[in-house]
Amino acid sequence: MRCGDFKESYIKDEQIFQSLFVKFWLVVFILFLFVLPFMADPYVMYIANLIGVAVIAAIGLNILTGFTGQISLGHAAFAGVGGYTAAILMTRFDLSFWLALPCAGIMAALAGLVIGIPSLRVKGLYLCIATLAAQFIFEFIFIHWESMTHGIRGINVPAPTLGAIVIDTEKKFYFLTLGIAVLAVGFARNLVRSRVGRAFVAIRDRDLAAEIMGISLFRYKLTAFAISSFYAGMAGALWVCFMRIVTPEQFPFHLSIQYLAMVIVGGMGSILGSIFGAVFMTLTPELLNVISGAVSKAYPTLGQLFIPMKEVVFGTLIVVFLIFEPLGLAEIWRRIKAFFLLWPFSY
Amino acid sequence: MDILLQVLVTGIATGGVYGLIALGFVLIYKATGILNLATGIFMTLGAFICLTLLTHLGLPFWFAFIATVGFAILLGIAVERLVLRQLIGEPIISVIMVTIGLSSVLHGLTHVIWSPDYRSFPEIFPPEPLNLGFAVVPSGLLWGFIFAAVSMIVFISIFKFTRTGVAMRATASDQQAAQSMGISVRWVFALSWSFGAAAAFIGGIVIGNISGISIYLGDIGLKVLAVIILGGLDSIGGAILGGLIIGMLENLAGLYLDPLVGGGVKGVAPFLILVLIIMIRPYGLFGKKIIERV
Repeated sequence: MRCGDFKESYIKDEQIFQSLFVKFWLVVFILFLFVLPFMADPYVMYIANLIGVAVIAAIGLNILTGFTGQISLGHAAFAGVGGYTAAILMTRFDLSFWLALPCAGIMAALAGLVIGIPSLRVKGLYLCIATLAAQFIFEFIFIHWESMTHGIRGINVPAPTLGAIVIDTEKKFYFLTLGIAVLAVGFARNLVRSRVGRAFVAIRDRDLAAEIMGISLFRYKLTAFAISSFYAGMAGALWVCFMRIVTPEQFPFHLSIQYLAMVIVGGMGSILGSIFGAVFMTLTPELLNVISGAVSKAYPTLGQLFIPMKEVVFGTLIVVFLIFEPLGLAEIWRRIKAFFLLWPFSY
Repeated sequence: MDILLQVLVTGIATGGVYGLIALGFVLIYKATGILNLATGIFMTLGAFICLTLLTHLGLPFWFAFIATVGFAILLGIAVERLVLRQLIGEPIISVIMVTIGLSSVLHGLTHVIWSPDYRSFPEIFPPEPLNLGFAVVPSGLLWGFIFAAVSMIVFISIFKFTRTGVAMRATASDQQAAQSMGISVRWVFALSWSFGAAAAFIGGIVIGNISGISIYLGDIGLKVLAVIILGGLDSIGGAILGGLIIGMLENLAGLYLDPLVGGGVKGVAPFLILVLIIMIRPYGLFGKKIIERV
């Protein structure tokens, strides 16, 4: 804690911006995000979009898993529901992107409500398996509901438009992703300090105690599932519009695991952590891509080994973080801050 | 009628193999309370190691088989010692995710060592199918079933009749009581992991023998979740019966539902059944009823 930084009320303690200093650097950071596309090449912008979508999805999953304590191994399926909803609305019904996006979120939230129902009856391991089953069932639907989803061939999605502007390049899309990601972060950050957010945390820490204190488990667990899937649906819709195509392969089981890995590596129960996690888990494989590209130029046989190495690194990160830093990058960040706040008298 | 019988017989044979893999889950869950989602990759590893010993070193099958089981025991102990022991007392999500992370690491390493090419298993069993009169069992499935049955009998005998088995059962029912009776719980944990790994390895060899080996062989491991949920997570008998039931239901669903929706039902049917069981009877047929209603 900073010297002379006293909190006199609970409201003050829960403020998002604890000091002018924080506000200043946040504004600088957001300005940097807005200026970034004017100095970066398309590849960097592609990565930035990737990260933006991952941030939205990871925050959604963190609300469910990190804050409410309900494990979901089917987050990618909800993203898929959102993606397909957006694609079908935009191609069959010629709906504009701006209407299709919230519809995608709502559709995914409805799917989340259905999958959330078992959470009222079972928890822990069983819920985890139920959501895993849901993932495979949804994948099956994406592939086999040919008349709606066009099976494995997928659907081509038109680029979103804003007035006369067609959002079709990485750079233009970046502003869209950034805008929605900022909204998503802002909403989530406010949600978790509201009554609903505190109810989520209470359910995570001890569901029976929460119920006795008057928190309706039924309502809040389903709310958590709905909000989380809404986020996933938005992320899915954005992703689909960015790639301009939707296929079942875009939402495999592995993606669900990736989202969970982001939440764990970033820090469970922390919005900032989800952002860290999404950035970190997106950049690491890309970095490996770059390295493998460089290596395979020099040693073609060695370069081939790097493709599976991505999986090894991914798994190692999960295992190492779980064992050595269960609170994730957010905790590392907190420690670094604490170190400098008290410097040179930190201990 | 003929085709129905045929499908049922195939289902039972597949179900036997499912039962064996399910045993791999249950043995670990019963003693340590951990759902090992790396079982799938354990299967892949088992198949690849056995294949390498057979083809590269030219060992006779029985020798290769025993050596593979030896590998499984080592792997089980290593995984328990190095990874899972660090996470005792952590929330379920950490433990589940660590097995997923582990599976990702092993999958990547398998890919590095053996390359993703599809391979067929050398012919070790006589290829003649068994004709039952009303149905025909292909050789691979037949031997797979026999193998699974024998392995299960061996595992269950160890569990029922040896001192080690008694120690494992004691630990499963009450860790503290077991510890105070002089049973080393740590050792039992390591042992459960090696038994579980051995079951998965043998399952992998059997599946590899039936349908060939690739690094995606282990994907079947997730389907087996339906088996253990149906049988009850901590019931060995449930794993066997559940395997047979899921094997048959899956093949029946393939027979009757595939024409309606255009294929692929066999892959998803176990998951549909799984969701139904979780909604209706989460502890399965023989599982301990300790689930809290919330």
